[in-house]
Amino acid sequence: MDKLKADSNNYPRRIAKGSLHLLCWSATWVATTALAAFGPRLIWDFATLPTIFAILVNLGIGFRLILQIKRYVQALDELGQKIFLDASAITLGVVMVCGVSYELLEDIRLISGEPQISFLIALMSLTFMASHLAGHRKYR
Amino acid sequence: MKNRFKVLRAERDWTQAQLADELQVSRQTVNAIETGKFDPSLKLAFKAARLFELGIEDIFQDERPQDS
Repeated sequence: MDKLKADSNNYPRRIAKGSLHLLCWSATWVATTALAAFGPRLIWDFATLPTIFAILVNLGIGFRLILQIKRYVQALDELGQKIFLDASAITLGVVMVCGVSYELLEDIRLISGEPQISFLIALMSLTFMASHLAGHRKYR
Repeated sequence: MKNRFKVLRAERDWTQAQLADELQVSRQTVNAIETGKFDPSLKLAFKAARLFELGIEDIFQDERPQDS
């Protein structure tokens, strides 16, 4: 059984390490987003230079997070990738359909006020989590 | 697609976790293959064949009836 051990690198440990990296980059991105959102108002009184700097840092960390997600998905085994792909497809569909309907509600004046992007991000997160969990349950 | 994963693993007295470690996949993937919920890629099928020292057709069979 040891014949394939040469390239063995303990899959669960590798994925746990990847998840930890992903968590760290996500937390950093959330922190820099909060800084870019609240910093101008609460810390540097809308000064242009720090605001531009905060946005550039936020964008840089965001791109690094995207790369980390890509790396994480590539490290998953094929069932993990399938579950991730299914969850992503469901999320994309739900957010597109609900996003357009939500925008329409304002256009036809069924709701007052501008649609908030944060609602769509919350919907996206909840849909992805639910469909990812459903995928894991399906193949349990 | 049918497969003999469970039988071959039992014959060798391996656990799902051991087999998963050898194939560099999760235990969930081994379980899903054994229960027929998930068909592996050709790459993983070759890896399993190499591990079991068998041909791919000795492990995986098409469920469609053979044309006579």
